[in-house]
Amino acid sequence: MRRLACTCLLPFASLAQAGFSGNVAVETQTYTESAQFDGQFDDNVTFSFEPRWNGEWNDGNDLWSVELFLRADNKDAGREHADLRELLWLRIDGDNEWRVGVNTMFWGVTESQHLVDVINQVDLVEGIDREEKLGQPMLHWKRYQDWGVLDLLVLPGFRERTFQEAEGRLRPPLVVDTDQAEYESSDEDAHVDFALRFSQTYGDLDLGLSLFDGTSRDPLLLPGTDAGGKAVLIPFYEQMTQFGLDAQLIYQDWIYKLEYIHRNARSNDFNAAVGGFEYTLYGVYESDLDLGLLLEYSHDDRPENDRGAFDRDVFVATRFTFNDQQSSEILAGLIVDVDKGSRSFRVEGSRRFGASWKAILELQTFSNIDGDDVLAAFEHDDFLLLELAYYF
Amino acid sequence: MLPRKFLIAVLVALLPVLAGAQTPEEKGLEIARAADAYDKGFGDFTADMVMTLINKAGETAQRNIRIKTLEVEGDGDKSLSIFDQPADVRGTRMLTYSHGLEPDDQWLYLPALKRVKRISSRNKSGPFMGSTFAFEDLGSQEVEKYSYRYLREEPCGEWQCYVIERYPAYEFSGYTREVAWIDQAGYRLVRAEFYDRKKALLKTLTASDFQQFLGHYWRPGKMFMQNHQTGKSTLLEWNNYRFRTGLTDRDFRSQALKRGN
Repeated sequence: MRRLACTCLLPFASLAQAGFSGNVAVETQTYTESAQFDGQFDDNVTFSFEPRWNGEWNDGNDLWSVELFLRADNKDAGREHADLRELLWLRIDGDNEWRVGVNTMFWGVTESQHLVDVINQVDLVEGIDREEKLGQPMLHWKRYQDWGVLDLLVLPGFRERTFQEAEGRLRPPLVVDTDQAEYESSDEDAHVDFALRFSQTYGDLDLGLSLFDGTSRDPLLLPGTDAGGKAVLIPFYEQMTQFGLDAQLIYQDWIYKLEYIHRNARSNDFNAAVGGFEYTLYGVYESDLDLGLLLEYSHDDRPENDRGAFDRDVFVATRFTFNDQQSSEILAGLIVDVDKGSRSFRVEGSRRFGASWKAILELQTFSNIDGDDVLAAFEHDDFLLLELAYYF
Repeated sequence: MLPRKFLIAVLVALLPVLAGAQTPEEKGLEIARAADAYDKGFGDFTADMVMTLINKAGETAQRNIRIKTLEVEGDGDKSLSIFDQPADVRGTRMLTYSHGLEPDDQWLYLPALKRVKRISSRNKSGPFMGSTFAFEDLGSQEVEKYSYRYLREEPCGEWQCYVIERYPAYEFSGYTREVAWIDQAGYRLVRAEFYDRKKALLKTLTASDFQQFLGHYWRPGKMFMQNHQTGKSTLLEWNNYRFRTGLTDRDFRSQALKRGN
C-alpha cells in the first residue's frame, strides 16, 4: 500500500513517509412504509469506498493529502457519485499556514444543525443529517496571533448540492433537476467567494466570528419543468453575505453552545440561531458509562414559507458512551417543531468488532408531521439502516 | 577551631535526628518535590505507545498512539496524542493542557467530521480508550495534585525505594488514596496501588524496563495496570523516546489539530 502511494499517485511522496488509510462499507436501508411517491424503492443496498493518502516532506513543514469518496448503489442513481474531498498541499511557516487545493472543513459548535458552517457544500444524498460534505477548492491562509487566529479563504469554483433522483427516498414531492441549476451571479459556478474568520480561546470560552461573501450553498428550489414537460424543482443559487458567531463555554460538566447567523440575500434578509447545552454524567452507577444529555433550540426569523426544516425546533438527545474496548456509543435524539408539533426521531449506535470492523445501526422515524411542514415529504420514509465498515 | 571534616561528621550523625523532627507528611512532600525537581528541565519528548488491552478472558485488543509532550514552566505539561490504531479512530488527535488542581483544557479532533471539539475534562477518572488506565493516571504529575505521607523505605527489585502515600487533592479524582514506590537513585515510579472511592484496592501499576535519557531522565519502557475488581489489565509499551526534539507552543495549538498526518 505504501508503494502504491509513493510510485503511482504523487511522485514527491517518495521524499518522505506516505500513509494509506480509509474504509470500505456496505449499507442496507429498509423503509418500513410503502413509498409516498411513484418509483421510490422500499429497500436498498449500497457500497462506499473512502481512501485517503497522505504524507509530508521538508521536516513536516509541507504536507499533502488526498481523500476520495465513492458510492455505488443498486437502486438509487442519485446517490451514486464520486467526490474529491481533499487534494491538499499544506505549508506550515511559523505562525502561518497555507493551504492550496481542495479541502473539507468544519466551523461551529452545535449538534442539531450547523448554521455557521458554510464553506463546503452539503452532500445531501449522503444523509439528511447533513454531516457529509463535498470538497471545496480553496486558497486558505491561517495566521496565528496572540490575540486570536485569522483565517482568510478565497474559494474559486462552486459545488452544487446533491439531490436524490426520482427513485430515491427522503426527497421532495417533485424531483430536483440539478441539470437546470441557475445562479444569481452571471459568473454562475465560477464565481469566486471569500470568507474570513477570527477565533480565539478565552479560558473556558471558545469564540468564533466569521464572514462569508459569495454563492449561497443553500439553493432556493423553484418550480419548473424538465425537457419532457414534467414538473420539477430547479435549484437557484443566490449571492449572499453571512455574518456568523459561534461560542462554546465549559462550566463544570456543562458545555453551553451557541451559533448565530445573519444572512443577507436577495430573497431574504434574516437571522437564525441555535443554542443549548450538553451535560455529562460521568461513570453512572459506578460503571464506565458516561451519559450525555443534550438540549438545543433553533430559531429562524424568516416568514414561515421560506424557512428550512429547522425553523423553531427543540432538539433533545441522550448520548451513551460506554468507554469499553469496542468504543460502543448510542445517540438518541428527538427534534420537535414547536409551532407544528412535527417530530423527527433518530437513534444511532456504533460498535467496533475486532481491530478493523465497525457496525453502525440507525433508526429514523417521522411522526405527527404537519401537512405544511417541509418534512411532510418524508412522512413515509421511516427507515432502519445497517452499515458494516472495514477500516484499513 | 574544629576541622571541617569533624563538623560534617557531626552533621551526618545528627541527620536521623533532624529527619526525625520531620513529620511523615513533611517527608512525603519532600520526596515528591525531589522527584518533581529531578524530572524538571526535560524540555519536550516524543514517543510511540502500544497499548494492549487484556480482558478477563485473556482476549487482547491493541491501540497505537503517538505522544508529544512539552514541559510548561509553572503549570502542567501540554501533550498531544495521535491515534494510529484501531483503524477506525486513525487520525484522531487529543490535545491536553494539564493544570494542577484546575481541570485540564482538552480538545479532540475527529477526522471523520473534520471537526475540532473542545471537551469537558473535569472528570479524569474514566477509562482511557477502554483501558484500565484512567485519564488521571496518564496526565502530568504535578506536586500540588496530592498531599503526601511517608510510610517506609524498602527494597524494590534492584533498587531501594521510598514508599509514600498520596491523597488526591483534585476534587474529581476517582481515588481516595495511592501508595507509590519511588526509587531513591532516579526517582522512578516503580509501582503504585490505587484505592477507589470506597477505599478498596482498585488497581496496581507496575513499571519496568526503564531507560535513561540525556544522561538523567528515566522513562519506563513498560507500564502494566491490573484492575483487581474487573480482572482486566492493560500493558503500555513505550518505544522511540526522543527528548528535546524542538517542539514549541506552536505545536500544541488547538487550531493546529487539523493539520499533520
